[in-house]
Amino acid sequence: MSSETGKILTTDGIPLEVSLKKAERKNKIKAFLLVAPLLLFLLITYIFPIGDMLMRSVDDKMVTEMLPKTFKSMEKWDGNEMPPEEVFEAFYLDFQKLVEEKRDGKLSTQLNYTKNGFKSILKKLRRKAKNFEEGNYKEQIMAVHKRWADVEYWRAIKRRAPAFTSAKYLKGMDMYKNEEGEIVSVEEDRRIHRVLWLRTLEIAFFVTLLCFLMAYPIAHLLATLPMKYSNLLMICVLLPFWTSLLVRTASWMILLQQQGVVNDFFVMIGLVADDNRPEMMYNKTGTYVAMTQILLPFMVLPLYSVMKTISPSLMRAGKSLGGTPFITFWKVYFPLTIPGIGAGCLLVFILAIGYYITPALVGGASGTLISNQIAFHMKSTLDWSFASAMGLMLLAGVLAIYWVYNKLVGIDNIKLG
Amino acid sequence: MSKNQEFVKFDKVDKSYDGKVLVVKDLNLDIAEGEFITMLGPSGSGKTTCLMMLAGFETPTNGEIFLDKNPISNIPPHKRGIGMVFQNYALFPHMTVYENLAFPLKVRKINKDDIDKKVDKALSMVSLSGFENRMPGQLSGGQQQRVAVARALVFDPQVVLMDEPLGALDKNLRESMQYEIKHIHESIGVTVVYVTHDQSEALTMSNRIAVFNDGKVQQLSSPDKLYEEPVNSFVAEFIGENNTFAGEVTNFQKDQCKVKLSNGSEIIANPISVSSNGDRTTVSLRPERALINTKNKMDNNFKGKIEEVIYHGDHTRVRIDLLGNKEFILKVPNSSSNMDIKMGNEINVSWNSHDARALDPK
Repeated sequence: MSSETGKILTTDGIPLEVSLKKAERKNKIKAFLLVAPLLLFLLITYIFPIGDMLMRSVDDKMVTEMLPKTFKSMEKWDGNEMPPEEVFEAFYLDFQKLVEEKRDGKLSTQLNYTKNGFKSILKKLRRKAKNFEEGNYKEQIMAVHKRWADVEYWRAIKRRAPAFTSAKYLKGMDMYKNEEGEIVSVEEDRRIHRVLWLRTLEIAFFVTLLCFLMAYPIAHLLATLPMKYSNLLMICVLLPFWTSLLVRTASWMILLQQQGVVNDFFVMIGLVADDNRPEMMYNKTGTYVAMTQILLPFMVLPLYSVMKTISPSLMRAGKSLGGTPFITFWKVYFPLTIPGIGAGCLLVFILAIGYYITPALVGGASGTLISNQIAFHMKSTLDWSFASAMGLMLLAGVLAIYWVYNKLVGIDNIKLG
Repeated sequence: MSKNQEFVKFDKVDKSYDGKVLVVKDLNLDIAEGEFITMLGPSGSGKTTCLMMLAGFETPTNGEIFLDKNPISNIPPHKRGIGMVFQNYALFPHMTVYENLAFPLKVRKINKDDIDKKVDKALSMVSLSGFENRMPGQLSGGQQQRVAVARALVFDPQVVLMDEPLGALDKNLRESMQYEIKHIHESIGVTVVYVTHDQSEALTMSNRIAVFNDGKVQQLSSPDKLYEEPVNSFVAEFIGENNTFAGEVTNFQKDQCKVKLSNGSEIIANPISVSSNGDRTTVSLRPERALINTKNKMDNNFKGKIEEVIYHGDHTRVRIDLLGNKEFILKVPNSSSNMDIKMGNEINVSWNSHDARALDPK
């Protein structure tokens, strides 16, 4: 319409759009100021750390900065034969500077990550370099240890030249770049991360499934029972929420251990022999049991909120039209709960995939997840960049699941309450 | 073909939800085949409970319901073959109109071609052809209502129950839907049990009306009889407008009695539920049966003072202080001879004793 009549004007002759914007500007500013603290909070606590994580996971500047002259002189070197004299000289100068600043230890650690064997020859070089004469560094360095005459080691140094690296991500997938620059898997017996990823997915999947199977009837009961009973049941569902996660996990440890309550009960009713008590903790079983219990409310609540909105007259209509109770449930009730199922499953799965405390406490060796590995690298090996890389891989995985879900079900079909 | 007069039969049905209060008390009700019967009553009178028992969603605490001579208390709802239209339509929101209508046919394992035919027929019956692929959410309230009616009829049920189906529609739509449902009933001859608390809806649509109150059927009769000849003061009060005088029977005869009112005056009334002198009674008189300044000879003539005049276009409502009743209502048809009705005027009010029904005291 506006294309025919041109711009619509208000009675004062100002274009309507301008006038509307002016009238709403104040409200918009007010609204923005109201959400500004949250935006700032998100920026500081969420976006900035993730950005920092991303930087850290690909950052490889340390070696680049420690050997500036070496890498500059290596630019012309093609890496096929031994590098020329100027590379050795540059390396000697860089190394001497590091020794003076007492930073050579860090260099040896870093280079040792790239190729084993650097630590000892750098130590030796440090000792011998004091007596080096000026000129012809190539021969002098090569004389320190036979590995210094091995071109592989020089190639290893050159590989550390770029300021950014994907090595941490490859390591997270049990892969690395070999000397030829190809991406290959590590040997069979050294693959630990792939197993962990698969186990994480597996446990998250089954925990989601178990939660769904248990939560559906509970939520249905909650939505259909009279108020006084449903309130009580709701409290039972929410009670775990109000208890500390640690306490809940610890109580599972008391219940599940070999001399624990559950095993005692099994022995009492004669299900298992006293001397043959099954291990239910420090393995996958413990992780399954404890995580399912802890994540159950996250499935119950979205399901409940959706079921609450389904009018009981729909089921009655289905029955009065001749549908058996099962057909009516399957054709009428179940499809209407799909938004709740989607929300609950997505929530539980995403929480399960990054779960940490419970698997750490009751998981043992076979029940730990990728997040425990991340924590291990954060706290024990202090390889923060690797931890960051794995964290981001986890995040990417979650986003991928979210994307797949959106394609399959549609995110607007989600209903959390 | 003679129609089964006891197609649906409630036989001494009681219903209690909590074991303390009877919601339905000793209900005996016969519904003939092809009849349009309405259960009318205030909320909480037990009418919807009766409907739910017939549909199978509630079980009678005592007594039995028969459908075509078969007891149905132990038959689950989905095997009863009773169509139902719900108050809030209860259309399946995730299915198209076609799928909604096809649902009862699919669960009966009818083949695809027949389903298409039946759905087409049902939709054209409610004049919604071409709406097959709409979702219920895309329809207006009236259209949803029609779909619900079509769905309840599409599988050719023996009985269709309607639980206040027009309650959510606006006044105009409600009226046009009333006629539409009535016409559908007439054209296919299905037995309809209709529940409503709207008396005008009940009066326009039904063959017979069962007025419920307090878990009991107060009166079961045709709409005109219900209005003209209420058998007790609840029905008189509930259906249409009503003027009442409370008093005591003084001169009881078989077809006439005198009633002494609290202010001492006596009126002549038609004894319905009084049987002897000294009975307390409530005399009920329809507003349109009392005339003002009439030349006709009537056996009740009194003078009253006009308290209020409300103009209604085609008629004028006049509130009169008459025989101590300040709420006495008259409906005066709009005609040129009635222009002298003014507040404060004294006028003559007359009625036939036959129209003043002496009912039970309230």
